[in-house]
Amino acid sequence: MIELRGLSVGYRGEPVLRGVDLTFQPGQVTVLLGPNGCGKSTLLKTALGLLPPLAGQVLYDGVPLQSLAPVQVARQAAYMAQSRSVPQIEARRMVLHGRFPYLSFPRRYRPEDKRVVAEAMQEAGASDLAGCLMQELSGGQRQKVYLAMALAQRTGTIFMDEPTTWLDVRHQLEVMATARRLAAGGKAVALVCHDLCLALRNADTVVLLADGALRMTDTPDRVYESGALDTAFGVRVRRVEMDGSWQYFCE
Amino acid sequence: MERNRVAARLGLLGAAAMLAAVLSLCLGPVPLTPVQLWQGLWGQGDGASILAFVRLPRTVGCVLAGAALAVSGGIIQTVLANPLAAPSTIGVNSGAGLGVALCSALLPGALTAVPFAAFLGAFIGVLFILLLAERAGASRITLVLAGVALSSMFSAGVDAVVTLYPDALIGYSDFRIGGMANLYMGKLLPAGAVILACVLLAMLLASEMDLLALGSDTARSLGLRVRPVRTVLLALAAALAGAAVSFAGLLGFVGLIVPHIVRRLLGGGSLRLVAGCALCGAALLTLCDLLSRLVFAPFELPVGIVLSLAGGPFFLWLLFQKRGTHS
Repeated sequence: MIELRGLSVGYRGEPVLRGVDLTFQPGQVTVLLGPNGCGKSTLLKTALGLLPPLAGQVLYDGVPLQSLAPVQVARQAAYMAQSRSVPQIEARRMVLHGRFPYLSFPRRYRPEDKRVVAEAMQEAGASDLAGCLMQELSGGQRQKVYLAMALAQRTGTIFMDEPTTWLDVRHQLEVMATARRLAAGGKAVALVCHDLCLALRNADTVVLLADGALRMTDTPDRVYESGALDTAFGVRVRRVEMDGSWQYFCE
Repeated sequence: MERNRVAARLGLLGAAAMLAAVLSLCLGPVPLTPVQLWQGLWGQGDGASILAFVRLPRTVGCVLAGAALAVSGGIIQTVLANPLAAPSTIGVNSGAGLGVALCSALLPGALTAVPFAAFLGAFIGVLFILLLAERAGASRITLVLAGVALSSMFSAGVDAVVTLYPDALIGYSDFRIGGMANLYMGKLLPAGAVILACVLLAMLLASEMDLLALGSDTARSLGLRVRPVRTVLLALAAALAGAAVSFAGLLGFVGLIVPHIVRRLLGGGSLRLVAGCALCGAALLTLCDLLSRLVFAPFELPVGIVLSLAGGPFFLWLLFQKRGTHS
């Protein structure tokens, strides 16, 4: 389990967010919401050790992040970056990279690694893409391969930075359904999302970031009812009941 | 691409390199038959001294320099995730050139110091680029432009040294354009050892290169120590380019074109890239050198000219191809 304690994050000593206390609970989808530039991605990167914290601590099962080697971090937390390069390799070889934290030198894949990769591709719905070149895949298909790579790391926590951006609406819903399924399987899933409606419908916990601080951590219902979303985004978020659940919209 | 096809194509590249080397040994003002070549290599017959003093050093030099520059280019392109980067475009070659020029001007007798000076110059070029990439998070085009600026600064340095110390580089134009005349085995041995070791090391670090190609954040999140690995790989690229420049001069284009050809032939993946670059670079440079000797015989063009004549159009074609696709 990953915890942030009094964490300040930012670039070159300039904090973007200060004093963040947050726990990514296993079995839950945590969605980070906030206006552009509020520090959502920076927070994820700091939680993963990609950026040094300016103050405070990141704890992995109680152990400070700084005392862990990169491979140890990579066995506990996987990351789907916002900007993804597209190398000229087959999807299956791409997913095999997810086993890197488990390989010793020289890097030889064991039968176990291949089994895990096959499972991960199935979980991500990417099995039929195995032999395709990454460059020939559509955005939604590449996303599945990247997800499979993250799953092949077999981590307790998975961080996704804007996994729905650039995807058509069906793929957006699929990503959210996958996030829910992973959480149901016991993983802690944390994702950054710009689509308020999609986020509020699918999150277990909403983390609202604005004006350099964590404003609120609560269920979507309570965050909605507090009106904090309206203040943070400067829009009116409303909801209607439809087929027994809430549908959110902005105006 | 499935394994067998990659293996077959690698085999073809290897065969091409072998063929080029054999042709380079046989052809020249005094043609040798394969039988004479075989005998000559064992020190017998008429061809023995031609081989020992002229063609063997020349061919070995071409194979080594071609392989070194191509692998160096492949590493640089992968690590910087930039298809336009190469030892000759980002100032690594000209850095090595300045090292060589300074060394031969200031320490005229110290021939063994030349490869080290070349490496040092190349490494300074690499460090500058690395700093730029880390600090500014410089975009691809900025990196290349900065490399061009760096290259011309280093070249100006070389010109200044040559003007102030006219004796520093005998055959300066050969050095500047890149040429394989006047090689001898003693000059090739240290550079050859460095090149062989660096190519092997690069092959051992292939998985790390694969990860770096995914972008530094993703690489790090997969457990790679990005900074040290990137520095080690670029140091290897600098050592390779420096070793090649120390005896072959400022050869452009091999390091730029060959990785592109290899990626087309073999697909992505760093292990096949490094192996393919070594074979393809060796074959290409050996063939270009052969052409440079034969086309205007008895006159000889420096191989750098032939390479640029062939490489320039290819590079232009590449630029226009890349414009259409989003990167």
